[in-house]
Amino acid sequence: MYEEYAVVMKGIVKRFPGVLANDHVDLFVRKGEIHAVVGENGAGKSTLMNQLYGLLRPDEGEIYVFGKKVEMKGPKDAIKNGIGMVHQHFMLVGNLTVAENVVLGSETTKGRVVFDLREAKKRVKELSERYGLHVDVDAKIEDIPVGMQQRVEIIKTLYRGAEILIFDEPTAVLTPQETEELFEVMRRLKAAGKTMIFISHKLNEVMEISDNITVMRLGKVTAKLITKETNPREIARAMVGRDVVLRVEKPPHEPKDVVFEVENLWVKDNRGLDAVRGVSLKVRAGEIVGIAGVAGNGQSELVEAITGLRKIEKGTIKLLGQDITGLDPRSLRNMGMTHIPEDRLKYGMVLQYPAYYNMILGKHWWEPYSIRGFLNHPAIFEDSRRLFEEFDVRPRNINMLGGNFSGGNQQKIVVAREVSSNPKFIVVAQPTRGLDVGAIEFIHKTILRLREQDVAILLVSMELEEVFSLSDRILVMYEGEIMGEVRPEETNFEEVGLMMAGKRLEEVRA
Amino acid sequence: MKVIEAILDVFRNPQFYSITLTSSTPLIFASLGGVFSEVTGVVNIALEGIMLIGAFVSTAFAYYTGSPWIGVLMAIVAGIGVAWLHAWASIKWWGDQIVSGTAIILIAQGITGFLMKPVFGQVGQTDLEKFKMIKHITKEINPIVRPIKLPFPENSFLGQAFGNISPLVILAFVSVFIGWFIIYKTTLGLRMRSVGENPEAADTLGVNVYKIRYFGVLMSGVFASIGGAFLSVGDTGIFKELMTGGRGFIALAAMILGNWNPVGAMLASILFGSSEAFANQLQSSKLIEVSSSVKPLFNMVPFIVTLIVIGGFIGKTRPPAADGIPYKKSE
Repeated sequence: MYEEYAVVMKGIVKRFPGVLANDHVDLFVRKGEIHAVVGENGAGKSTLMNQLYGLLRPDEGEIYVFGKKVEMKGPKDAIKNGIGMVHQHFMLVGNLTVAENVVLGSETTKGRVVFDLREAKKRVKELSERYGLHVDVDAKIEDIPVGMQQRVEIIKTLYRGAEILIFDEPTAVLTPQETEELFEVMRRLKAAGKTMIFISHKLNEVMEISDNITVMRLGKVTAKLITKETNPREIARAMVGRDVVLRVEKPPHEPKDVVFEVENLWVKDNRGLDAVRGVSLKVRAGEIVGIAGVAGNGQSELVEAITGLRKIEKGTIKLLGQDITGLDPRSLRNMGMTHIPEDRLKYGMVLQYPAYYNMILGKHWWEPYSIRGFLNHPAIFEDSRRLFEEFDVRPRNINMLGGNFSGGNQQKIVVAREVSSNPKFIVVAQPTRGLDVGAIEFIHKTILRLREQDVAILLVSMELEEVFSLSDRILVMYEGEIMGEVRPEETNFEEVGLMMAGKRLEEVRA
Repeated sequence: MKVIEAILDVFRNPQFYSITLTSSTPLIFASLGGVFSEVTGVVNIALEGIMLIGAFVSTAFAYYTGSPWIGVLMAIVAGIGVAWLHAWASIKWWGDQIVSGTAIILIAQGITGFLMKPVFGQVGQTDLEKFKMIKHITKEINPIVRPIKLPFPENSFLGQAFGNISPLVILAFVSVFIGWFIIYKTTLGLRMRSVGENPEAADTLGVNVYKIRYFGVLMSGVFASIGGAFLSVGDTGIFKELMTGGRGFIALAAMILGNWNPVGAMLASILFGSSEAFANQLQSSKLIEVSSSVKPLFNMVPFIVTLIVIGGFIGKTRPPAADGIPYKKSE
């Protein structure tokens, strides 16, 4: 039965307390194809995959692997059946080397007890060469970039003889370049006859890499599509259940006075090297200034310096005509600057706090949240409830811990908090990283609403699409310097792409 | 300038080196135990308590059987038992490892104090002669592990410093090597390190996190109890109430300073041991007059050295990432 399929999951039902996570889901994956499983956060994709990998057991339904009916009691059974999983959060041991991580649990040995590191390195090298997965076998995991860590995860599955590889949102943590490299590896694995399941909610990636698509929504399969015969709009509709605006409409809006000004700013990075080198920029009220660039070209340091999180070596920053150079975040907030940080888990919220505290972080000393040094809980609860409604945070439970919300809803909490402080100037960094189309649309609309209200907005994003659709002006950053300033309607991806690679505007247009 | 001369004199004295060795040995054992436990991700401040139990049990068995070696063996058995308590509470029941460790220290102090009278017939500290009178033991008992003679000329500097050496001292250095080999050269060691760093990752690869952590904690019981036994049957031949005197904690400091590596912990132990020997020698120096009321201040030297060194180095060492965090399998 099902001989032509690598994986068949039939009638899968999985219930969690109060939730039907998978409702009679069917998934058919042909041998040797790249099959995308797409859906919004919480659609049940990960639950489905965890059942295939043996981390969860289905309440109903059957699983066939290469035509054979199987029952997975744990990851060991999945590995035995040739299934490997590249987890979204890497399962790697930071202080061990690449080779040690690959073989851990099925080590190469000399005389059963002694670990044979040389043999382990040899095997890892072989695999890495055969599939073009470049890794440094002797490097410690904590010292290598995320893209290489992911390749280690892939080698781990291959070392254990995987024929079917599950990629759980593999591009969420990657830069565009690393994503391209990953796709190259996936193509090579496909050529070697491996079957891959690609979980994602990034439609352009799905269009680029997959052969077939299964779309899920609220625990059910809503569409089975052939990639060649579909388009992003159709996928998005099946994912969200309605027509989605993939690119928001930006109404014309006349900017007012200059609110925020940076003059010849110099900032060092953690290693003490110059990360921002003489950046000057202005943001006017009701204007969105976008900063484009490849990750790691000083954008993070620029944002940190502006928001008072990093020491400024040289230069001045002015807000509403006042010199604010070197002020701490608290003073800056009191002066009307807010900040949506690029890493919401690290800087945006306290995961162990309930949502209502996360809603007032950074303004907890303001009335009415705090009266004479004591927290005023009724006011905190009331405002949190109101913001939950206004920003459509789900579930509507202000007592839930920050860490238990989905990524999109965590970001909505952060955005709600920063936007509701009535900022004069807001720094928005990577606002839609890792979010699904529905949430992206919402956040983009919120940012444009702020523009209507004459807030000055500095947007930093690695997503070129996002910078183009939102910004009034685009500044391109490369190695800590501004390569040039362009208006989105007067430029194109190619021109900006060249600037991101280090060419100045004058050179590009010359 | 008398002080400087006195200090130089300490370093010229072979006794300083022999005391360094005996002061370091219990720290080497205990810090090795700490490494075994913490490398798998279980914080073990119970070392102090396990050492105390080891010192007590070894003395008791040495007195009753007449063989200090049986004492050491029984100390190991008792050490494993106490460590098992810690493992059971903190691995099986996800208990707070600091609380569990503190409880074990307090229990060890209470129980050894309480058992002094019934076991040795006197409180405070043991006395072999009185013990013999109470128990009517006639044959000669030697409660101290007999030292080994090393082939250095009797009157040479080396001979005076290291001529007579306890086999337990040698065992300490051998244990460090064995510990290093297990942790860095065997598959078991690889799994130990993975479990202390990222137990979830190890679990997805079929490594039994609980078993490995039990192993680490029980091994810490073995080594810490030998360290304790060295204080009594390895060196003085007596047991004193609270005789470990904070050495379990200094061993933890040595483990941290040694960056959770057996060899590093050994070197740090020797540093702390030498500062103890230094304080000891300096206060009895004939070149400077030290009034007896000031002498206790010298005993602070090892602790001050610990503070300074840890304060200066602690940012540069890196604990296992999952150290102290109980592992719960998610369902």
